[in-house]
Amino acid sequence: MPMSDFFYTDDLLSDDEIMFRNIVRDFVDDEVIPIIESHFQNATYPSHLTKKLANLGVFGIKFPEHYGGSGAGYVMYGLAMQELERGDSAIRSFASVQSSLVMYPIWRYGSESQKDKYLKKLAEAEFIGCFGLTEPDFGSNPAGMITTATKTSQGFLLNGAKMWITNGTVADVAVVWAKLDGEIHGFIVDKGTPGFTAPEMKGKHSLRASVTSELIFQDCEIPAENILNISGLKGPLSCLTQARYGIAWGAVGAALAVYQSSVDYAKSRIQFDKPIGAFQLVQEKLVYMLTEISKAQLVNIRLGRLMEEGKATPQHVSFAKRNNVEMALNCARLAREIHGANGILGEYPIMRHAANLESVKTYEGTHDIHTLILGHYITGLPAYQ
Amino acid sequence: MNLLVCVSRVPDTATKIFVGPDGKTIDSKGVKYILNPYDEFALEEAIRLKEKNGGEVTALTVSADDATDILRNALAMGADSAIFIKAPAEPDSYQVAHNIANSVKDKNFDLIFFGRQSVDFDSFQIPSMVAELLNIPSVSVVSKLEVNGSKVIAERDIEGGKETVELSTPCAISAQKGLNEPRYPKLPDIMKAKKKPIEEVAFFQVDAAVEVISIALPVNKRVGKILGDSDSDINEIVRSLHEDAKVI
Repeated sequence: MPMSDFFYTDDLLSDDEIMFRNIVRDFVDDEVIPIIESHFQNATYPSHLTKKLANLGVFGIKFPEHYGGSGAGYVMYGLAMQELERGDSAIRSFASVQSSLVMYPIWRYGSESQKDKYLKKLAEAEFIGCFGLTEPDFGSNPAGMITTATKTSQGFLLNGAKMWITNGTVADVAVVWAKLDGEIHGFIVDKGTPGFTAPEMKGKHSLRASVTSELIFQDCEIPAENILNISGLKGPLSCLTQARYGIAWGAVGAALAVYQSSVDYAKSRIQFDKPIGAFQLVQEKLVYMLTEISKAQLVNIRLGRLMEEGKATPQHVSFAKRNNVEMALNCARLAREIHGANGILGEYPIMRHAANLESVKTYEGTHDIHTLILGHYITGLPAYQ
Repeated sequence: MNLLVCVSRVPDTATKIFVGPDGKTIDSKGVKYILNPYDEFALEEAIRLKEKNGGEVTALTVSADDATDILRNALAMGADSAIFIKAPAEPDSYQVAHNIANSVKDKNFDLIFFGRQSVDFDSFQIPSMVAELLNIPSVSVVSKLEVNGSKVIAERDIEGGKETVELSTPCAISAQKGLNEPRYPKLPDIMKAKKKPIEEVAFFQVDAAVEVISIALPVNKRVGKILGDSDSDINEIVRSLHEDAKVI
């Protein structure tokens, strides 16, 4: 099924980018969409897809070949995230965490031996990773975290708890942020380290096909060589900028899924002896979707090229994440209305995307925090301090 | 083993086709072109043979349009090099077959693979024509293949059953769906495919044997069918919805 590309953004892509995008697109059509609804209903992650995604090269896109990557650019990564989230936000979340929140900090702040130990295995999904920043009482204000690291003769002792951690329970390796002498540092914690447990959080109404966990550290001692070479909040924030960039693309994927379903439905559903797409109120909803998706596509391709040229700022990424996720959620809600009662059924992807996007809107920096980041940019006056 | 896979560039099967203003060609505006789906089975089989026995896989296409995109796709799947023969105008099957035969006759390929048909014009002719021009045996619509040295055993689909044939290399094989499960190209291989060579070979001039006079879209005729409530009629409506209308 050709996807909406009203402003011919494909013309702004290289042949390689189009080829890989189409391959991930086919993969999602063949392997994700047919099975994802039952995983969502049953609250299970389709773990059989992990290795297949690794084989496509989805996790190592931006990293050098030496570390199991492909050395490709940000647009390539964005396109893959878009297609994965067209399937389901859970699949894109898995890839975001593995690539941007685990491989990225190890690649950027890790020692050579840390890189050798983890990166290739993460790219090949022999290891699954997770990222522990958020705490039960510190979400939008991560600087207030209370998880601590204290120096011991052998290394560091971690104490505290992290919450809302994608893949925590299934992870082989966790990148954990904790305060050492009052300053935030990053640490690598291997699964099975005594004092480290990761129970799964149950009962979500969103991202049901994704594993979400707590990470609990009780006198968890890790070796001295497991510290990352970065201190301060800029460490975790630099990772979040990477992941948020991918979310900006992923949101367009979810919006494309609900838009496509809405167009098909509006043309085939007959009421009052004509397709509901012939009614002005339905057309208005479809026009909103086409307009907002096309604008978001243009923002993404420009942002991706700026990332590749090293010119993008975290504010650009906040702009794209904030705009695109909100528009995707609005599209999903409008799609729900166009589909009428059918919109709530698992037979259509609408309610699943709508429910997922509720989380996407408030994770990786809430919509409101991104608003304040841009407000700070405009006025020079930070509202969150 | 020295393996050749002949591929073609066809409109995406999901594309809506319109007839061009001349009434003889399709309007290519807005049409997305892909590697012919049957050729993916041919490529996969050749790549697996190479992985098992060593050797090289070459992909080849004859096309009036720039077909380097599908050749890159073949290279990303695992072909080692590619040959592109650019035709001055849309070639017929006879011209394509002559061009393939002419460009590979001295290259000593052990096996030459094709998709069983290209899903654009569906002529089914090229594999047999190439084999005839090269004077080598061919077997078409192959759904299972075993290669041991120079001995080739191929199972092919025939009406209502299977036929097993034996032939020896060099030979031509046309691949049927189900021969294998074609792989998705991996991103590292897509990146490496850029560095693999695509050789451009001049078009071998030979007159077309067939001229297209016109093409037209099928007329959608609705033929009504009246069925009752007997068991056999109920079976018939289930069969018809499943097999003819393909809605259940």
